[in-house]
Amino acid sequence: MAEDKKKRHETATVNGKKIAVHEGAVGVYNSRGSIMFDVINYLIVGLASITTVLPLIYVIGASFATEFELQTRPMFIIPHDVTLDAYKFIFASNKLIRSFGNSVFITVCGTLINLFFTVTMAYPISKKYLRFRNPILTMVIISMFFSGGMIPGYILVASILKLRGTYWAIILPGAISAYNMMIVKNFFQGIPQELEESAYLDGCNDLTTLVRIVLPLSLPVLATFGLFYAVGHWNSYFSAMIYLTDSKMYPLQLLLRSIIVQAEASAGDMSLMDPNFVEPPAQSVKMAVIVVATVPIMCVYPFLQKYFVKGVMVGALKG
Amino acid sequence: MSSAGQVATKSGKGKYWHQLGSDIRKHLWLYILMIPGIVYFLVFKYLPMFGIVIAFENYVPFSGILGSKWVGLYWFQFFFKSNWSLYLVNTLILSFMSIVLTFPAPIILALMLNEIRSLHYKKLTQTLLYVPHFISIVIVVSITYVIFGASGLIGRFAAQITGTKVDFLGDPKLFRWMIVGQNIWKETGWGTIIFLAALTNVDTQLYEAAMIDGANRAQRLWHITLPAIRSTIVLMLVLRMGSVLDTGYEQLILMANAKNRSVSQTLDVFVYQSGIQNSQYSYAAAVGLLKSIVSVIMVVGTNKIAHMLGEEGLY
Repeated sequence: MAEDKKKRHETATVNGKKIAVHEGAVGVYNSRGSIMFDVINYLIVGLASITTVLPLIYVIGASFATEFELQTRPMFIIPHDVTLDAYKFIFASNKLIRSFGNSVFITVCGTLINLFFTVTMAYPISKKYLRFRNPILTMVIISMFFSGGMIPGYILVASILKLRGTYWAIILPGAISAYNMMIVKNFFQGIPQELEESAYLDGCNDLTTLVRIVLPLSLPVLATFGLFYAVGHWNSYFSAMIYLTDSKMYPLQLLLRSIIVQAEASAGDMSLMDPNFVEPPAQSVKMAVIVVATVPIMCVYPFLQKYFVKGVMVGALKG
Repeated sequence: MSSAGQVATKSGKGKYWHQLGSDIRKHLWLYILMIPGIVYFLVFKYLPMFGIVIAFENYVPFSGILGSKWVGLYWFQFFFKSNWSLYLVNTLILSFMSIVLTFPAPIILALMLNEIRSLHYKKLTQTLLYVPHFISIVIVVSITYVIFGASGLIGRFAAQITGTKVDFLGDPKLFRWMIVGQNIWKETGWGTIIFLAALTNVDTQLYEAAMIDGANRAQRLWHITLPAIRSTIVLMLVLRMGSVLDTGYEQLILMANAKNRSVSQTLDVFVYQSGIQNSQYSYAAAVGLLKSIVSVIMVVGTNKIAHMLGEEGLY
């Protein structure tokens, strides 16, 4: 019996038709049950992926539709009458443009600060001969498991450092991600020691070695972590919400919250009698704002997918 | 480093300091470069840890942490005199709903993706499935509002079918389902990665041997693939159980409104509202501390259970 199966297995390989090889499994996939399995599996996975992106595609399509079409037609992807009215409306006031600019500013400055702090700390502790290296590493690792929590952090920023109302309050508390820093440190450790030694012989000190030899070699890593940090800055709203006092400084995510979430919530409950109550904007305008806030992320998505998957894999295999 | 240090101390303290000084001078730049990072960790990570003492004080910003009055366990007693069980129950229901519904989803999806043999199809579906992970929670909630709101697509559709207005965003009965639904939509695809990574480590010889023994695909899945990712599943479950009291607040604050207050108030939301909105810093810090203590107990407990089941667990 077993012998028989083995024979079929071999002949099938020779024919090259009945055997399929994929990562992880080699097998006979032409039995009736197996084909059924495949059909259903492909269908469900396909359906799941379409469902995942459908809301986004709908929002994009709806942002180009007229209000009338949105209220009368059921589900659609491509509107009958394509109109740019919603975009004209949101770009007519400078509110959205200003928020967009604020978000860009926070993202760029925040990411540069992140990279500066991450590299300047990761490089020294990648050197095994460094004095006090182990206590410093322990300090970093402990901070990955314990934190003071939301309130002590808030008091530190708001009452002790008095950073409320400034972008520092958003950027500084997350200047280093300990996890990212450890990965950068491991990367620095992997750079051949000989390169740095030859730099020393050429008269470089530690700083010039870092700037001239190590950083140019680490550009892909820096780009990856820059992207990690940048997405975090672009997407965050909470610290902006609790620390910023002037609505002119609001990033895009916070503007989005005020024109969609807060408007709808207060429209549903007039008993709140919110003095700042604003008439909820028309559907297509909301859709257009969502699209504008998502476009930058979608522009870098191909890179995100490539590097983030790798990042998770590294974490998964190490942990 | 340690051996050099020991030798130095043996031959006298002065020599140790001398050696230390010359080591530091030799790599002066490295020590200078470290300063911003070390200051960052001390100020933004360690100061807040010591800041937890305000949970035992009546903290007033004007008097500072050192000058505020010590009240011992007052805030903890105060919390247990309030309707604390509401917050705890809301937290636990939401947490268990999301463990039961969102935890298995990426495992099932990963197993299904693993069975797809067309690499192109696999890559395409993965590309689509990962998209929502990168979208901010504000946008996720905004999309929910424009689709499920009264004038949104599903809002109108549901009203047509049922004949009455279905309040997806306000109805307390639907609140948790909306939260869990958002999380499933946002993170299921991304959650598959860690399981797919574990699946690439499965020895292909096992499948070949099973086939020779006549195992069909379902049997191979059940007896080889699933046991192969068992330890990853247990590890993820231990981690998830540790955060059973963490419902997060960013999403809930956005989804909460006056109508669903009875179910949207979890411990995390409570800490945010009492601490940051109402400036009851000490009270909120005490509740936050209570939560962290329970989390540590949960991690240790579930890890013990994992050990009993013969798994490696977290540590």
